[in-house]
Amino acid sequence: MPEVRNALAPAAVAQARPQLQIDKVFKRFGEGEGAVVAVDHVSFDVHPGEFVAVIGPSGCGKSTLFNIIGGLLDDYNGNVLVEGDRVAGPHPAIGMVFQEESTFPWRNVLDNVAFPLELMGLPKAIRTEQARHFIELVGLAGFEKRMPSELSGGMKQRVSIARTLVSKPHILLMDEPFAALDEQTRLLLGDKITQIQQELQQTTLLITHNLTEAVQLSDRIVVMTYRPGRVKRIVNIDLPRPRTSDVVSSDAFGHYVAEIWADLREEATRGMADTEQRTRGARGHG
Amino acid sequence: MAEGRKAGRALPIAVGAGTIVAVMLGLEGLLRVGLINRFIVPPPSEVLLSFGRIIDEEDVLARTWETAFEVLVSGFFTILIGVPIGAALYRWRTLRAAIEDWVAAAAAAPLVLAFPLFLVMFGRSATTVIVMSAITGLAPMILKTTEGFAGTRQVLINVGKSLKMSDRQMFWKILLPSALPLIFTGVRLSWTFVLISVVGIEFLINLGGLGQLINDLAERYDLPGTYAAIGFVVMVSVIFFVALERLESWLQPAR
Repeated sequence: MPEVRNALAPAAVAQARPQLQIDKVFKRFGEGEGAVVAVDHVSFDVHPGEFVAVIGPSGCGKSTLFNIIGGLLDDYNGNVLVEGDRVAGPHPAIGMVFQEESTFPWRNVLDNVAFPLELMGLPKAIRTEQARHFIELVGLAGFEKRMPSELSGGMKQRVSIARTLVSKPHILLMDEPFAALDEQTRLLLGDKITQIQQELQQTTLLITHNLTEAVQLSDRIVVMTYRPGRVKRIVNIDLPRPRTSDVVSSDAFGHYVAEIWADLREEATRGMADTEQRTRGARGHG
Repeated sequence: MAEGRKAGRALPIAVGAGTIVAVMLGLEGLLRVGLINRFIVPPPSEVLLSFGRIIDEEDVLARTWETAFEVLVSGFFTILIGVPIGAALYRWRTLRAAIEDWVAAAAAAPLVLAFPLFLVMFGRSATTVIVMSAITGLAPMILKTTEGFAGTRQVLINVGKSLKMSDRQMFWKILLPSALPLIFTGVRLSWTFVLISVVGIEFLINLGGLGQLINDLAERYDLPGTYAAIGFVVMVSVIFFVALERLESWLQPAR
């Protein structure tokens, strides 16, 4: 059985300076009795080239954390540091991939992917060349002139990923990018993400509630508690790289899933009970 | 397969045309046996024959151009004024809360009845027709524009924010393209209102294009000519809206 350790990174990673530091981040919504603490003193680091997943049940503040790190929510306590800069608004070193389908329906694949380069004011020839490179990287060569309405959900999400990667962010931040996809597509896209991450040595932070996806892709997994969202523990995933979706059939994979599920089950059960109680309360008041 | 698709498209058109022919034949029959008074409704065959006559004698083509000119000018004014107002209502929520209901109410108001007021202001001229029609078409343009901007998906706005886009870039590169389909719906609705208004006001003040022609022919009690002129207006409006639809799909490839 593989060793499941708490907050222990491999030596090489631990020695490197963190590229992303989440330090005692705290976020509360509302005031008084109705106030909800979404994120409660969450701290962890992400090192260069590392793939870290944040996993937790619904309502654990994952999306709030995503919005804080991405700079979409700047009213928070604590610090999010990107290469030493405190995040207060979208940071140029961070590229975001969203859970919802986010391609621009009025632009074809090539123009979608080239969009960030257009904003940078690069000449069209350079934009096209760079966009084509990333379209090929995500496996969509030949679809450059297609409109998003002509693509499947998985292809659209790959367009979004290529659009984010084209601006060469130092940190790739993804919020459940495969949530709307079926399991098989999710596994195959996981392979693609692993391949890209290895090829670009891309520092990546993935927010997810999907256990197999987190274990398949990550070097470390941050397990969150149900409301208020705190770090329950950090698990190192010592599965060999390069990794493919074949890893899901290995014993080691199964053990990691079982270990993390033991933690998550407790939190998910608490979350479910809380939701039921609030639903009952709302009906009682209604 | 392609032939099957072609046949699939042709069938509804054939059924539509067949229905019109059947109704006309039925009407002709009822008029000929005297079940419908031909002093109220002229036989379709006479109406059909009058088309050539009104084109030759009543200068229909020049009148069509006159009406079309008024429609185009009024229509462009509705876009020119309506889109910025719609965008402003989206941008300033208080303004939207304050006047959106009034704009919606204005869409239902019979502004055409205010024609004596406009006659006093602008005289019996094409300006009156254009100003009144532009005002009539403004409300749907404003409402659909606001709806289009407000309907922009939050995730697209977040993409823009994550790319540190300025407000100006956000407007031109995300909000406006996202709102375009509903703005086009606004254009179609607004120009429908404008066309009805132009012909109606031409009829009311007995000035200008096809509306005045209908008025003239009705006053001469030339019933087949009147119905032929009405048929001509219907034909022009059908061609006009088919052209608008084509323009829309050309400007916005498959979304």
